[in-house]
Amino acid sequence: MPKFLLLKHYRGAPAAVNDVPMAEWTPEEVDAHIRYMRDFAARLEETGEYVSGDALSPDGTFVRSQGGGRPPITDGPFAETKDLIAGWMIIDVDSHDRAVELAGELSAAPGANGEPIHEWLELRPFLQQPPASTCHTD
Amino acid sequence: MDELLLRDLTPAVIGVLVRRGVDFATAEDAVQEALVQAATTWADGRPDDPKGWLVTVAWRRFLDAHRAESARRDREERVELEPPPGPTVDVDDTLEVFFLGAHPSLSPASAVALTLRAVGGLTTRQIADAYLVPEATMAQRISRARRTVADARFDRPGDLGTVLRVLYLVFNEGYSGDVDLAAEAIRLARQLAGLTDDEETAGLLALMLLHHARRPARTRPDGSLVPLAEQDRGRWDTDLIAEGVAILQGALARDRHGEFQVQAAIAALHADAPRADETDWVQIVAWYDELLALTGSPVVALNRAVAVGEADGARAGLAALAGVDPSVPRRTAASAHLHERAGDLPTAAGLYADAAAAASNLAERHHLTRQAARVRQGLLRPDAAHGRRADGDG
Repeated sequence: MPKFLLLKHYRGAPAAVNDVPMAEWTPEEVDAHIRYMRDFAARLEETGEYVSGDALSPDGTFVRSQGGGRPPITDGPFAETKDLIAGWMIIDVDSHDRAVELAGELSAAPGANGEPIHEWLELRPFLQQPPASTCHTD
Repeated sequence: MDELLLRDLTPAVIGVLVRRGVDFATAEDAVQEALVQAATTWADGRPDDPKGWLVTVAWRRFLDAHRAESARRDREERVELEPPPGPTVDVDDTLEVFFLGAHPSLSPASAVALTLRAVGGLTTRQIADAYLVPEATMAQRISRARRTVADARFDRPGDLGTVLRVLYLVFNEGYSGDVDLAAEAIRLARQLAGLTDDEETAGLLALMLLHHARRPARTRPDGSLVPLAEQDRGRWDTDLIAEGVAILQGALARDRHGEFQVQAAIAALHADAPRADETDWVQIVAWYDELLALTGSPVVALNRAVAVGEADGARAGLAALAGVDPSVPRRTAASAHLHERAGDLPTAAGLYADAAAAASNLAERHHLTRQAARVRQGLLRPDAAHGRRADGDG
């Protein structure tokens, strides 16, 4: 079973169809969205396809070593950085097609006016472990 | 229940082995093995003297391990250790094991892990599950912690304050996985309170009980947070509240206040109000004044400002908030709440949205996003405003 990473972006992805910031939704719309996301994860747990998921704070820092026994330097966050990841979900599914199907469902979470957001999610396959046996050696 | 009895006895049995000269890590391993054996053997009936049984089995495990070690080193000439008779004096070293588990030389994460294993008798897997880290990671953390305290002995007085802080950390972790860490922290605090005559230990136990009493009302079935002012107080656990208040009164009567007693006093005043609008905020502000004097903590200053807002009005609360360090977590949320109560809805809506973006956990972020949405809706359609209160919990 291949694993896939579903990435949600604060920014960096193409604009969603229903592109109204969450801060401008009604309380009912916020509740409906949260419920949809929770139910989605719960359903994947039941089907045995859910691995993990987490959300990230929008704050972040770039860090690099300076070498020479000096402490690392930090910088940022950079406003001009294009990509800002909001969270991820890891799924373990039978096929790439199934991963696309699930990402599509997640992208249709309801937003403003109760309409699906149709936001762009990034789907990234994990590099897999080498197989224990291959036809070359067996 | 055998499992709880076993876990209650764990630190005392480790204490017996350490007093017989076994180093802490070896003693701890031997006792864990004895616990595993008890779980199967006791299924057919609990021994008359459970602690004696565990000491005997753990001692045998230690001897077996010790002999294997001696053989491996090929030192047959080494004098064979004979099991000494049981402790001649009936010393209970449970407290000493508390001190070792939360030794000041340990980092907070290590002290938490070692305390849960050596004092709490939890397995490494249970602790790893509770903290959502791989079992191997937790095993390493515990083993490094044991090496750090390897040279510590029972002859020096321990640091009770560190033990209390470690238990409070465990309590605040709540529950995930199959171990309820809040309940576990309460169990350990009860045990500790029985071993010491210390007001702050009693204060911590009372504080935990009073907070735990509210837990059934603190989240909705969907996991979202219910602010203190909106909680269904009928769902608070009145037995826990009564116990917490009684313990707190006993501690306060001795007039040696510390931060846990004062925090418990504030929790008790909330517990005492049948309805949110009957809360005695004036007294709560007085306790916050004392807590601020004791700790100087900017987080306390923030909570005090919210309490001032309730006691003396939102304007007074905002004035108190002005002096609070802007970098304190949740300051923006408190400011949003006070601005809303002062009638400045546009500012409040913006601050709630800012606070949601800065929230450090999802439940809080969702809660603050809803608050922003609610205030904004009130701005667009004033008749739709719910007029709900938005206090944080404490």
